[in-house]
Amino acid sequence: MNKAAIVVGRRLGELIIVFLGVTLLIYLMVFALPGDPIKALGGDRPLTDSVVHALRAKYHLDEPFFEQYLRYLWGLLHGDFGVDFNDESVASQMASRWPVTITLALTAWVIEMIFGVGLGVISALRRGSFADQAILIFTIVIGGIPVFVIGVASQLVFSVRLHWFPVAGIVYGWPKSYILPAVVIAIFGLAAVSRLTRTSMIETLGSDHIRAVRARGLPPARIVGVHAMRSSLIPTATYLATDLGYLMGGTVIIEGIFNIPGVGNLLFQAIRTHEGPTVVGVSTALILIFLVTSVLVDLLHAALDPRVRRR
Amino acid sequence: MADQSEAAVLAVEHLSVAFGDKGHESVVVDDVSFAIGSAEVVALVGESGSGKSMTAMSVLGITPFGSRVRGRIVVGGLDTVAATEQQRRMIRGRVVSMIFQDPVAALDPVYSIGFQMAEAVRRSSPDLDRAAVRARCLDLLESVEIPEPERRLKQYPHELSGGQCQRVMIAIALAADPDLLIADEPTTALDVTVQAEVLDVLRKLRRDRTTSILLITHDMGVVADLADRVVVMRNGKVEEEGTATEIFGAPSADYTRQLLDAVPRLGRRGQADPGPEADTPVLIMEDLVVEYGHRIGHKFRAVDEVSFSVGRGEILGLVGESGSGKTTIGKAIAGLAPITSGVVTVDGVSLADTSGARRRAARSKIGIVFQNPLLSLNPRYTVHRTIAEPLRLVAGVPAAEVDDRVTQLLSDVGLGEAWRFRYPHELSGGQRQRAAIARALALDPTLLIADEPTSALDVSVQARVLDTFRELQSRLGFACLFISHDLAVVDELCDRVVVLHNGRVAEIGDRHQILFTPQDPYTRRLIDAVPVPDPAEQARRRESVAAARA
Repeated sequence: MNKAAIVVGRRLGELIIVFLGVTLLIYLMVFALPGDPIKALGGDRPLTDSVVHALRAKYHLDEPFFEQYLRYLWGLLHGDFGVDFNDESVASQMASRWPVTITLALTAWVIEMIFGVGLGVISALRRGSFADQAILIFTIVIGGIPVFVIGVASQLVFSVRLHWFPVAGIVYGWPKSYILPAVVIAIFGLAAVSRLTRTSMIETLGSDHIRAVRARGLPPARIVGVHAMRSSLIPTATYLATDLGYLMGGTVIIEGIFNIPGVGNLLFQAIRTHEGPTVVGVSTALILIFLVTSVLVDLLHAALDPRVRRR
Repeated sequence: MADQSEAAVLAVEHLSVAFGDKGHESVVVDDVSFAIGSAEVVALVGESGSGKSMTAMSVLGITPFGSRVRGRIVVGGLDTVAATEQQRRMIRGRVVSMIFQDPVAALDPVYSIGFQMAEAVRRSSPDLDRAAVRARCLDLLESVEIPEPERRLKQYPHELSGGQCQRVMIAIALAADPDLLIADEPTTALDVTVQAEVLDVLRKLRRDRTTSILLITHDMGVVADLADRVVVMRNGKVEEEGTATEIFGAPSADYTRQLLDAVPRLGRRGQADPGPEADTPVLIMEDLVVEYGHRIGHKFRAVDEVSFSVGRGEILGLVGESGSGKTTIGKAIAGLAPITSGVVTVDGVSLADTSGARRRAARSKIGIVFQNPLLSLNPRYTVHRTIAEPLRLVAGVPAAEVDDRVTQLLSDVGLGEAWRFRYPHELSGGQRQRAAIARALALDPTLLIADEPTSALDVSVQARVLDTFRELQSRLGFACLFISHDLAVVDELCDRVVVLHNGRVAEIGDRHQILFTPQDPYTRRLIDAVPVPDPAEQARRRESVAAARA
């Protein structure tokens, strides 16, 4: 019991250090690097000194860097992500966009999981066969096409020609508006998931304990579905859980192509318009998600593999 | 033969198993026939590559992908060669069960013992409710004499010892009360004292349930302990078949005789040759302690205040069961395990408190041979490169002389020049270990640490490698720390013996005195547990041990 508390405590300590380190880095890159966000506000027409000073004071940009950073952290502790240069709360901007991104990411993730694991299992069970080869070639070829090409091509085929899905936007809600972009995102990870599943499935199928359950006369469905599946899914599950964190922030291009008002889109616009507080806010939220998924990966590991639980 | 197969639980007739394409196929089992009667234990004996395991797997139709099986195997009224996969499944686990060599790996690591047992119980009696399944599981665990059966159900394979896992495997195998149990090297991965217990369980099984057993093993002691009849296999063919008494007492095939001669036996060497005179010790160890563990949580003491010394030209046997700390001691001397406290000096240089450079210099005088040469040789180095590397890098032998030195070493260990530029995977087990010995001797060590150097080898190969080893040692005169679990090998090779138990020295002394007049009760238990390759003698020993226990 005591040992478990120590392990959990250490893990939390690690999380806090990573969180502080990464937020500091982002803060540093956005506000301390050359390029003045206030001056950039004026565009081609330079702002007067008094306006610049007033704005600096308002956003605490005249204070020493560390003071700014600590003030920001203090705000974060209270759930305050700050305001952008239009006086709009960063938190409220994100609030309207997170549900969209989460819906999109989860849809893509589930598609990736079902098809990736499914194709991987088929490959493993029929290794060396035509189906195995075909799956390998298919996943690598479509995974190798740049994502915007697939995005635009699928819009052209399935939306413009076939009218199955809307071309862009989310006005039709889930699932109609989300399926097509989600599939395009999922295609990206398909090759990795199916390869990973295939390799570890083949390894498990050749192991002693699978030979033992075969010798016990269990039906093939149970051998694969219950015994081989759980051991061999451990590496795949680790990859998928990490990927979920990535999908939450890594859909910028797809959100752009399909004009989906998600977090990725927000971040992209904020970078373009030098909205420092928004960039920092979104990035911080993404880090939090990454950290949470990394804890989930650990918990998942422990759930799937009793040997990990002891440590 | 005909009537025998009528009553037989298992009849194997003209079985052949082949791999590869027609035309250039490799036949691993070639026209094998034998039968097992009710409540009979038949041992299938042979060295690696003899086809004994493949024969056993053919019975259940679980030969590896790509194999072709021909002939007839009749069990439970079904010819499993001709049968469909569906029909074979009805036989598996019901009429015939199987247990495996590595019991920890043969249980699914991610499910509890209870889950895996319940699965087997439900298969044979699908109508049982939860409580009845549980009761049956507990029954089965009790029948294999596992302590605290209730707790075991909730545990996972990694939480149990190897012996307990094998008991669980046997319990699962018994779930459907099969006619035949196939035991594929059931005790090879276990310590001798645990092996004796598992063999007791198997013997009880045959007596109480009249289950027939097909025992696959390379260990002649285990055969003598358990088998009624013996089938000797070699290169896929049956060399000889007979009752255990016939095979051990009057073997008719030359191969059987060779095999039995190659088996090391306690006491074969006698009391003669007292060993070299006490010389200046090469290795001195005083109160060595090795602890593992994290700063947080408790430490594990693998080696606990162990003291001994090895003299020049002496072979000291370090024996004990798994977890006794014997390998850790070897590692500590070689610098592969931390020395927590105590003194270890090699050739007068203390390994614990000198500078890194001096320590490295001292370690270049230590050669090591590990148990598994396939893992300890670099798979991407040829034999030549493996041996030449320490010569060039550590000893600084000029390039012109390296070739000659490698040639010398290869001929020393009896590995022909033809094998010089081969890779480890192209060599046989014995040849690999010879290459590993040559590498260990390359720097002319004053101390050689040999950690179970022949445990992974077949007995006939082991006998030849041990001969080479003995010859080299007496010629080169290095001190040797010979780590082994095999008391018979230690008896044939060593001058003095240290018996380790849970990290401490149980007993230390002259080889003959330790092995034949042991003072420590643990040493006695260890020696009693080793089965001797002689059925009558083994039965006598078993009875006297049982009497002593009662």
